[in-house]
Order: sequence, then structure tokens, then C-alpha cells
Amino acid sequence: MSYFTDGRQARAEQLIAIYPEQRSALIPLCHLVQEQDGYLSEEGMVAVAELCGVTPAEVRGTATFYDMLHTEPVGKYLVGVCTNIACLLAGGLELLEHAEGSLGVRVGATTEDGLFTLEETECLADCNIAPCVQVNHRYVRTTTPEQFDALVSELRDGGRASEIPSHGTLIRTRRDVDLAADPGLVAQERAARRAAVEGQS
Amino acid sequence: MPESTNETVTFTLDGREVVAKKGEAIIAAAERAGTYIPRFCYHPRMEASGNCRMCLVEVEGPRGSTLMPSCFVAAGEGMNVCTNSDKVKKAQDGVLEFLLSNHPLDCPVCDKGGECPLQDQTLLHGPGETRFVEEKRHYEKPIALSELVLLDRERCIQCGRCTRFADEIAGEPLIDFAGRGDRVEVSTFPGEPFSSYYSGNTVQICPVGALTATPYRFAARPWDLDQVESTCTGCATGCRVAVQSSQGRVTRLLGVDTDTVNHGWLCDKGRFAFEGLNADGDDFELSDPRRRITSPMVRTNGELVAVSWSEAISRAASLLGETAPESVGAIGGASLTNEGAFAWTSLLKGVLGTDSVDAQLGDGLDPSLVLGLPRATINEAADACTLIVLSGDLREELPVLFLRLRAGAATKKASIIDLSNGSSCFDKVAAVRLPARPGDAPQVVAALTGDDEAMKVLARHPEGATFDADAIAKARHLVGSDGTGVVVVIGRSSLAEDAAFVEDAALALHQALPKATFLPALRRANVHGALDMGMSPGLAPGRVSMEDAASSLSALWTKKPTSTGRTTLEQLRAMDQGAQRVTVVLGADLGADVPDADLVQRALSSDAAIIAVAGNGSTTVAAAEVVLPAAISHERGGTTTNLEGRVSRLGQKVVAPGDAWEDWMMVTELAHELGTTLPFGSLDDVTNAIAVYAPSHHGLTTSLLASSQASDGVVVPLGTETLHERKAADPMAIPGLASADHIGLGAFTGSITSETPSESNQGASEVAFSQVRLPERRALNAVVPDGYALRLVSGRKLYDLGTAVSASPALAALAAPAVAKVNAYDLDRIGAHSGDRVRLRSQKGTMIIAVESDAHVARGTVAIDFNVGQAGETTNAVLALLDSSVAVVDVRMESLS
Ligand code: SF4
Ligand code: SF4
Ligand code: FES
Ligand code: FES
Repeated sequence: MSYFTDGRQARAEQLIAIYPEQRSALIPLCHLVQEQDGYLSEEGMVAVAELCGVTPAEVRGTATFYDMLHTEPVGKYLVGVCTNIACLLAGGLELLEHAEGSLGVRVGATTEDGLFTLEETECLADCNIAPCVQVNHRYVRTTTPEQFDALVSELRDGGRASEIPSHGTLIRTRRDVDLAADPGLVAQERAARRAAVEGQS
Repeated sequence: MPESTNETVTFTLDGREVVAKKGEAIIAAAERAGTYIPRFCYHPRMEASGNCRMCLVEVEGPRGSTLMPSCFVAAGEGMNVCTNSDKVKKAQDGVLEFLLSNHPLDCPVCDKGGECPLQDQTLLHGPGETRFVEEKRHYEKPIALSELVLLDRERCIQCGRCTRFADEIAGEPLIDFAGRGDRVEVSTFPGEPFSSYYSGNTVQICPVGALTATPYRFAARPWDLDQVESTCTGCATGCRVAVQSSQGRVTRLLGVDTDTVNHGWLCDKGRFAFEGLNADGDDFELSDPRRRITSPMVRTNGELVAVSWSEAISRAASLLGETAPESVGAIGGASLTNEGAFAWTSLLKGVLGTDSVDAQLGDGLDPSLVLGLPRATINEAADACTLIVLSGDLREELPVLFLRLRAGAATKKASIIDLSNGSSCFDKVAAVRLPARPGDAPQVVAALTGDDEAMKVLARHPEGATFDADAIAKARHLVGSDGTGVVVVIGRSSLAEDAAFVEDAALALHQALPKATFLPALRRANVHGALDMGMSPGLAPGRVSMEDAASSLSALWTKKPTSTGRTTLEQLRAMDQGAQRVTVVLGADLGADVPDADLVQRALSSDAAIIAVAGNGSTTVAAAEVVLPAAISHERGGTTTNLEGRVSRLGQKVVAPGDAWEDWMMVTELAHELGTTLPFGSLDDVTNAIAVYAPSHHGLTTSLLASSQASDGVVVPLGTETLHERKAADPMAIPGLASADHIGLGAFTGSITSETPSESNQGASEVAFSQVRLPERRALNAVVPDGYALRLVSGRKLYDLGTAVSASPALAALAAPAVAKVNAYDLDRIGAHSGDRVRLRSQKGTMIIAVESDAHVARGTVAIDFNVGQAGETTNAVLALLDSSVAVVDVRMESLS
């Protein structure tokens, strides 16, 4: 039985097929699990391990390395406030403190209703509109406490649904450019590569 | 000035010219040239990872000199390397300061204190003062990575040795780094502990006190230990070990790095089974393996009572002396040293004149096959182009041999053709799998060596062949025409199948591939040494048959058996039928190890008298007439022989408990009591007698064995390999060896000596391995199953009910309960589900057991491990179905749910 729902199993297979080694699909598959579950549960990591031919410990090792992969549940909206230098000078830390207050959680925590998780981030490469705030890795360009609060209540009321899908949904895993490769063809190429390697030895 | 060749490069190291092998890392080339560069993450037996930066050196390049990690950068032609400049020293100082900023300075309460590479290198290269005044990190301590390995996270310096070992060497990446930056920690996945047979190695190579093993944690301080170098007799791989003790008790075993055998690695069974030695005397029943036998015993009025040695010897001698030679026999001997084996053979065959001596327990192979086939060394097998595996699961039976053989296949240098049925240690790395169902090995080998008829025969199985034409084509391509570069591992893949099948398959391979060599995977301790010493019917000491035995032997032996004696199974039958009146059981636990429970039961309860020579309790001991307590493993000296025929020295570290003796002593006393003299006044006398009377061991004297050229052991006959000095150990690669007292471990002075001449066996000799003639081929026909029955496969497990595991609490806890594994297809057919209980019925008997689906078990077969108990039980469960008198065991399975 596949761990994935809603056609994601096919997507997973497609992702695996584009790499010469199946384990290379580890990170894309982690994102796929996050898209489905919002975070990487233990079951999700086990599923990725099986698909990639590695151990769950290796999946967890990779997942805990990257900030965008979460092994603990996160809210529907992951709110990141940048406190790197440009944003810091523009009041990033104050904005973060404000966010803590208005969401009622400390950095790293999730609101009780499961809607918001607050994160402090490094430079998000949008320094020109500082301090930078992202929700689910989408720039929201809210630089003042008032704008921030407005955004929060909008999201609470279910606003911006198309612009900011729930946490885990990335553009990348749905991008089909370069993914058009025919899995059959890739498998053939892979077999040829293997044969060549074996032939050498 | 040194010249570069095709294989070498010349570079400048601190101003002098040094030659390196092409591709060799600077750190290794420098080490061979006598310059020791500090390091943490680099380990000579693993790929470099370059992550600790302790090994930085200055390398001159086009844009001035830069610091480079010497473990990661290969020496290049004309390179200018400096290891002692101010810049390098500053870098070393900085790296250590960084490492120590997160490292607790709790050396006084750390198990590694006193043998810690971090301590040592900080003293040598570190800042001397700390500027770090902040609070250190604190973690919950320790956390268990497995039942055996604990982790104190704050001490970890993230060198990655443990995780790389698990991945690269053991092939089981169950531990990995989690987190990033200063949060990095070694971790397992929840619910999936680091249960690897090799986990103890990570503790040994951890350069700090982050990893500890439960049996040693807080057991001793390094400076209180003294050590002796020895050979592990946990199995027939024969890993070199340092046995360390404190206050007369063995406290720890560490792997010694030898190029020829174990590369410094040990399996957890070998490493931790010493616990059983320390089990205290008389707390357990005589039938319990945890019981140490500490005093001679004689049965009086139906009870075994402790007596003096002289009383026990005279009772045993009268039993032996007053019985006709045809009615005397001996079973076991694989746990003896070569000296013990030679002494017992001399007594039994040469003084009493019986030939019924068998070191194998009905679970081995025909010794004339084992001795008659051209033998490979472990290094040759590890370097083979193609490896044919016709044995049990090597990870379960000969764990470190598996590590050596896996390495070639994992790096795609060797191709493995795996004939095992069921999950095999080579699943992930085998090039071709040709699973042979019980009874099919000769046909599979015929198919492999070009016989298309055999393919058709195999396809006639009701469930079809286990492999297709592509697989066989690929395998044929890999073995080539004459077997050059092919090594065959032979052993018993199943104890539910007559050995004749694998024996015949091996002979067929030898005929078809005359250049192929063989590595016999008989697993039990010194079974190879015992066979070499003649402990099998028809054999004399020195790999010769009794007819060909040297006439010089008559100087030692007063008698010579006139007819061929009985094997173990034949002896047990003779005991049952009254034909064998007295049986000496040498260290064997018949109830657990002989694959025929009924037969053993009948033999033990017959009125044949048993003289049990044992270090631990067993049902055999409990049934004996006379019990003679023997010194075992690290309680005795002498030599042992591994599966490649390598004789190496055993080091005695502790004294045997109570009144236990070494075997040669009891034999000498018995001979005396029987009115003859065996001229053994010391252990060395026996070793030297072997060098004289055993043709294969000619010249292998105590002085040769004690020489530094023989520190890794010597493959006999002499001349098979070129002897060489052992490379001195890098204290950083194997911490813990250099710090303990050096008794018997002269090599471990912590200094680095010159290059080891690499050993080459290829073409080194024309020396014949033995003079034993191969048995004839037998035309064996597989018994075709009826399509309803499943054919039983019963292989070995590392953690089983054997004495070594049962007597060591840490290991006994790891033994898994017996289950029946079948292919999902068969499970379906029977209408059962994984986890159900099923009834299995063979012609011998029935059992009820949990069933599990396993994709690796071939259709039409069922696998149950040998000498493993059902949940909560301590009897070898599969024995209920086994019958030593039939060639294969077919069972019916019936679902009970
Ligand atoms: S636990 Fe030891 S071996 Fe493993 S990474 Fe840490 S310091 Fe290195
Ligand atoms: S592989 Fe065998 S010889 Fe080596 S440590 Fe394990 S039990 Fe001992
Ligand atoms: S510093 Fe905040 S986005 Fe660059
Ligand atoms: S980086 Fe070279 S030894 Fe660690």
C-alpha cells in the first residue's frame, strides 16, 4: 500500500525516475511528504526510505539538516521573520517580537489552533523590502506590525488561499520542466550506465 | 634522490623527498615516512571524509601556500608539503580550541580518559589554556543507540567515524548525523536501534568517550588494564584481539589490525562473549551453559560429586582402558586449541587405538573434501574477481569474514554469485542470485557450469526454477572458463539437508573450474585446527589420511587405529545400540548442536558412559559419568587455526576458575594412568611436537610463532605465504590498545614504523595444502517434492542458544525467537498471514510456530533458524522437525488461525 494519496505515488515514482540513483530523490520525496502531511512524520520518513532504498536513519539525518524540512508538526502557516543584517537594521527583531506577542507563541512554537508556526530566519533575499516576512515560503511584504496583524487575521479567516497554500506545498515539486523524461527511457539509460560501470571493473 | 615510477609520485615533506603511492593521501604517505600528522576523522580502513580538519598541512600551490586536509588530498608529483610550520601549528591549535569549546572537560569521569585521542592530541598540539568560559552544552546522558552501545552526545566531536563505519564497512547505516552545526548528533531512527552485529567497532574507533559499550562502561580505567594479544575463537574467522583484564577478570576485547584477517574489526559476539567467562561458579545447574565447571566430578550413586583430579583421572582412565578400542569414541574438539586437539588425538588414536574421533557434530562437511580442495586465503577471497557463495549466511556464521568479502562487492571490484536460499547477507551486493533449494545445489552448479539439461531439471520443480536464463547467463560469464580469479565459499547453508549435496556441488565446481580455490566456511571456533590435528575418522595429524600417516608418528603413538572409525552421528547411533560403551565429549553441547534431537536423547540416556571435558555446563555434562573441568578461551595459551589454515597464537589472560586444567595436561595425566607416556611437560612441548609429527605443520615451532614475523599468524604449510612484520598500530585508529600495559603486545608502542611489505600469496608457493585425497563424485538426484510440502531450510544465527551467547547476559538478551519464514506466495496458498501461528509436520514430528512472510525465501521452501528457541524457550525449536537420516526434510504447513 502506498503511503502517498491523491496521485502522489505516481509523482514519487516520476521523481525517482529522473535521477541516475534512486537515493538522489530523497529530498524531493521529503517535500512531497510535507506537501501531503504538512511535515515529515516518522511514517513519512519510513516511506521515503523505502522508496529511496536507504535507511530511515539516513532520511532523518537529511531531513534534520535542512530548515525547510520539518520533523515535528507545523501549523498550516509557517511564518518566517528575517533578522539578518538588512532586516535587523530595519526593525526585524522588533517585528519578530511583535509577532510573538500577537500570535501568542515563542519563536519555533505553533499556535494552539494549529494555524501558525513562527520562525526566525536568516536572509531571505528580499532585503529591499525589509524587514522581510514569508508565509509558507511566499513573500508577503508586510513590514510593519499593523500590516503583520492584518495579514494574520486575513489568514485566520481563510483569505489568500490561492496565493498561500497550506504548508508543504512547493512550486518545485510540481514543476514539470525537465521532468518530462520518459521513466522507461531513464530506466534504460540507468541500466546502460550500470552495465558500463560493471564492464569497467 | 627517490625516483617516481608509474605507481608512485615523489613529493617534498618538510624539506625531504618522499615517495608516495599514486593516489595515496598525504597523511598516509607521511606516516610511512615517519611523520605523524594528528587526526581525528581519518581512519586508515575507511574512506577519508575530511571533516575534522585536525590534519591540516601547508601545501604550496601556484597562489602561495594554503592549508589543506592531508587525509583528503593525495600526494602529487613535486608537491611541497609542510607539516610543522607556524601556520600549521596555529591551525591545529585553533581546531582543538574549537573542538574543546563544545566538549565537556570531564575526563576524570569519562571512560576514554587515559586512552583518549582528544586528550593526547590536545596535550601535544593544543592551546594549553581555555578561553571558553561560557556554559557548556548539556544533554540527557547517556542515550542508547542499541542494547550494547550508549552515546553521551556532549562528548561527540562529529568526526563521523561511527556513522561511516556503519555505512561503509558494515553496510548498515542505522546511525546517522541528525541536525546541523553545533546541534549535530549521532542518532538512530525512533524504534530502529543500531542493532548491528558490528556495533562494538564504533565504540572502539570513536576518538572520544562519546560511545561506550554496556559491558565495559565504568568497568575499569585504562591504566588499570593489562592486556595480551590473542585470537578470537568465537568462530573460525580467527580475528586478532587484545584481551584486556583488570583484577583477574576479562573486562574488554579490542580488535587488533591485521592486514590478513580482520582489519581491526570484531563482531559483537566475539567482542562481548567474554562475559560468560566471568560467570560465577556454582550458581547454576550443571545443564545450564552459564554454569562454569570448576572441579572434577565423578558419578557416585547416581549423583555427580566433586572429587580430586587424581580420582577423576583414574576413573576416566579405567573407563577408557578397560573398554575395547572399537567401543571407545570421542565427539567434539572444535573448542580445543591445536595443542589440546593434538593431545587428545594422540591419546585416543595413538594410545587407545580408536579412530572414532570427530570434531564436527553432524553439521559440518566431509573433512577429505575440506582438506582436499585447493584453499584460498581470506585476502585472496576478498580480492577475487568472482566469489561463489555456497554456504550458510556468513554474517550469521563468520561475521568478520563477511565484512572482508562484502567490501569487494560493495565497491564493485568483485562479483558475487550467491546460491543461498532465503535472505542472505549478500542480498544488497550480489551480482547474481541463484537460490538453491535444499537438495538442488548440484543441479544449480551444473547449470552454472554450462549444463543446460540441469536448467530443465530445476524448472521441473512444482514452483518452477528459482532463477531465469538471464541470471544463469550472467553467472556463467562471471565464472569464466577455468575458474581463474574465482573463489568458492563452501559451507552448510542448511542443517535440514544432507551435507552430500553441497559436497557434491563443491566437487563439481572443482572439476569444472580447476583454477578456482575454496574457502571452507566451517564456522565453529578451531574446527579447522581440530581437523588438521586428525580429529576425524580416517585422518592422522597433519592433513594426511591414517594410511599415509608418517611412520615417525610411532615414536609418539604406541598404537594406530586399524579400521576407519565412526562419525559423530554414527557414534551416537552406536551408543544407542550398545556398540560404543565410552564416549569422550570434548567441549561440545550435543543437545544444542547435533541436528537430531531424538538421537542425542537416546545416546545420552543409553548406558554408554560419557566423559565430559567442559568449561561450561550443558545437558551432556549433566548426563556424564566423569566431568573434567577445562580452561577455555582466554584462560589458556597455545595456538588456533582459522578457516584459511592460519595458525595463530592464543594469549592466556586470566586463570581458569577453580581446578580447571588445560587439555594437554589432563591428556598427559590420563596417558600416564593408562601406562604410557606422552612426552608433554609443557604447552610448548605440545606445539613443538605438532611441528615435528604433523606434516602440514612442519617447522612451525614455538620460536617461529613467537617471532615478530608471525604476529598475524602463519598459514600452514609454511611457504604458502610470505611472512612479514606487522605494521605498528596507529594509536588513533585503534584507541585503547596503546594505553594498556604492553604484555604480549610489543607492537603497540604507539610509534609508526616503516611500510609493511604487502603480502602476496599469489604464486608464492607450490606448496600443496594437504595430502588428503578428494572424495569421489556421487551422482546425486534431488528428491522432487510433491507440490504440497514445503522443503525445510535451517541455517545458523549469530545469537543462538549456543554456550557463548547463552553464558553472556548482554548477548543472550539479543537472541531473537524462532519463526517460520515462507514466501508470501506459499503463505497465500496455505491461507495464512504473517504473524499467524501454524502447525508444521515433518515425518519426524510436529511443531507450532509463528509464521512470517519473507520475499527472499524461495517458493516451496520454509526457513527456520537452527539452535534458536521459540519465544521464552531455551530449546532448539527446529529440532522437532529434523531427522539426520533423511536427505531433505519436507514439511506440511497448516494454518491454525
Ligand atoms: S560518536 Fe564518536 S565516532 Fe561517532 S561521530 Fe561522535 S566522536 Fe566520532
Ligand atoms: S568474526 Fe569470529 S573470530 Fe572474529 S570476532 Fe567475531 S566471533 Fe571472533
Ligand atoms: S537580510 Fe532579511 S531578507 Fe536579506
Ligand atoms: S580532516 Fe583529516 S583527519 Fe579529519
